[in-house]
Amino acid sequence: MATKPLLKISGLRAGIDDTPILKGIDLEIGQGEIHAIMGRNGSGKTTTANVIMGHPDFEVEEGEVLLEGNSLLELEAWERAREGVFLSFQYPQSVPGLQVGNFLRKSVSSIRGEDEAKGGGFRDSLKQAMESLDIPRSFLSRYVNDGFSGGEKKRFEILQLMLLKPKLAVLDETDSGLDIDGIRTVAEGVNAAIRGTDSGALIITHYSRILEHVMPDKIHVLMDGKIVASGGPELATKLEEHGYEWLKED
Amino acid sequence: MAMNGLRRTDGLMGDNLEAREAVGDYKAGWHDPENSTIRFDFGLSEEVVREISNLKNEPSWMTEMRVKAFNHFIERPMPKWGNTHLLEEIDFDKICYYLRSSESTERDWEDVPDDIRNTFERLGIPEAEQKWLSGVTAQYESEAVYHSIREDLEEQGVIFLDMDSGLRDFPEIVKKWFCSVVPLTDNKFAALNTAVWSGGSFIYVPKGVHVEMPVQAYFRINAKNMGQFERTLIIADEGSSIHYVEGCTAPSYSTDSLHSAVVELVALPGSHIRYSTIQNWSSNVYNLVTKRGIAHENAKIEWVDGNIGSKLTMKYPAVILKGEGSHAEVISVAYSGDGQHQDAGAKIHHLASNTTSKILSKSISKSGGRGSYRGMVTVSPKADNCKLNVVCDALILDEDSRSDTYPTMEVSNPTARCEHEASVSKVSDDQLFYLMSRGHSEEESLAMIVNGFFEPFTRELPMEYAVELNQLMALEMEGSIG
Repeated sequence: MATKPLLKISGLRAGIDDTPILKGIDLEIGQGEIHAIMGRNGSGKTTTANVIMGHPDFEVEEGEVLLEGNSLLELEAWERAREGVFLSFQYPQSVPGLQVGNFLRKSVSSIRGEDEAKGGGFRDSLKQAMESLDIPRSFLSRYVNDGFSGGEKKRFEILQLMLLKPKLAVLDETDSGLDIDGIRTVAEGVNAAIRGTDSGALIITHYSRILEHVMPDKIHVLMDGKIVASGGPELATKLEEHGYEWLKED
Repeated sequence: MAMNGLRRTDGLMGDNLEAREAVGDYKAGWHDPENSTIRFDFGLSEEVVREISNLKNEPSWMTEMRVKAFNHFIERPMPKWGNTHLLEEIDFDKICYYLRSSESTERDWEDVPDDIRNTFERLGIPEAEQKWLSGVTAQYESEAVYHSIREDLEEQGVIFLDMDSGLRDFPEIVKKWFCSVVPLTDNKFAALNTAVWSGGSFIYVPKGVHVEMPVQAYFRINAKNMGQFERTLIIADEGSSIHYVEGCTAPSYSTDSLHSAVVELVALPGSHIRYSTIQNWSSNVYNLVTKRGIAHENAKIEWVDGNIGSKLTMKYPAVILKGEGSHAEVISVAYSGDGQHQDAGAKIHHLASNTTSKILSKSISKSGGRGSYRGMVTVSPKADNCKLNVVCDALILDEDSRSDTYPTMEVSNPTARCEHEASVSKVSDDQLFYLMSRGHSEEESLAMIVNGFFEPFTRELPMEYAVELNQLMALEMEGSIG
């Protein structure tokens, strides 16, 4: 029996407040693969990410989203997280009073089990991940995303990715607002979390720069709620040089 | 744990609908059979006041003070502010003003009557005492049933007694300070307390003595339609320090009870008093309390005040900054759920120069509950270079709930530096979604937001209380998601 694809999206139509945004998306990501979705503002990129994670504001009208063959659509966001779905947010929310260290421990405990959040093993992996992302120790006693700079927020998302070890990581514009060093650090984090594992990732971005460091297996172009082109890394270069207009003319 | 009383037992939530309606999900809502040794009939008169005093063999000056206070209580109209609707519902003729359930105050839990001892064991008091307290007083209805203090503190001259014993053993100190901070004419409920007070704590900390571990008082109402009127007086002599913690619970009944305490703090030069409260009365208790302290030169008074339970709370811990260089802090949280109104805040009067104050108020309202911040800060014309800082934040969890802010600042000296910030926020769907995407259920996520909101308060509590408060708030969030 062939293994089920990690993520299989078929015929997905979804929207918000009766406004259709996704108009029939098909996408398949295999284990160990990294895919990218590129597209302009308003093309439906963030909606795709939110629908995969299960944001309650979005209504799915048609289609299916399967993780290793099991439907996600009936599950709440926290249940999807426990099934192994992770979303790195474009705009991470702040929670004043909730300490980063406590939050990370609780999240690891919820998703990977209590034993993973205990003792030296947790401390070591936390220390290692923080070092690789250039995050200082003092970060742990700050409040979740409260007063973080743009770069700190994105690094914190990747820190969570590295500790939560999801099956599927969706990264929504994680590269936006980062300088070149920041992009490289984030890309290294993604590579470390996904490459050489059974996990997969879907990187949603405006720009091809992060893709130079991650080297996705496949790139999809989203336009007006549909995937209008798919291809290898060369597609990113073409988009960089020619923009999106040529796709319309095709 | 110390605050076991804050947790709920599912055992109380069986199929008995009547019981569930009465108790709800309030953990400390059980009651013992009433085994009173002395119980007064409902209602209040000068005779009742004199009888209480007589029963306690009080000096005549106290009897006369009680009677004077009673007369003031009768003449004084009900406050015309706060929740006047709920205040008018109080029926003073349907309250028992004195009830004694144990013949004496014991120093050994073994000597406390079984059912009362069981109650305090369920509330976790003896356990907490062994682990981390310097002394404990446990009041049941009108009288302290248990009292003890660590021997080393006693040897250093620290006095920690229930108020009745304090009056009996140290009448001169009590006479000097009683009603010196809260005069009997201060307000209607302070007058009521002065007329019928019973129990409470009397503390004197000698010069230079630091009481390192907190002392705790626990107040339990057991009987129906009970009035509890404890009176507390704490005197910290020069350069001394003490941390006093109080907790309180009551059974859930369908009829109302009244808790009306007066607390007076005297912080002599260079001393430090911290007074922490976790109020978790059942939702049939009126909690109308006057708390005030006077800070002399370079003294520091802190009120750490948590209001979780009760039907209506009206409480504004106050500090009079009388001595130069003195400092006041009032840090409070209030949680108002279904049918609850927490009308709480702070009052600070800067009477001397170079005095500083800080008020931090956090309130959460949910399921139709109402939270009000009512605060007053004044600076007198003679007080130069005062600094005052007021922050009040409200978090509203649903459309049915309400939050109001009534801040007053009267600054009569131009050298004062005043800061005031207020915010009202709601929990956003995006905030919940963010936490849920990290594997936390909607209720867990809400509890994280709420506990985070209260964090500036909980970090001021001894760790045992902070943990229990967080657990309590997590339980309050259960079933709150529609």
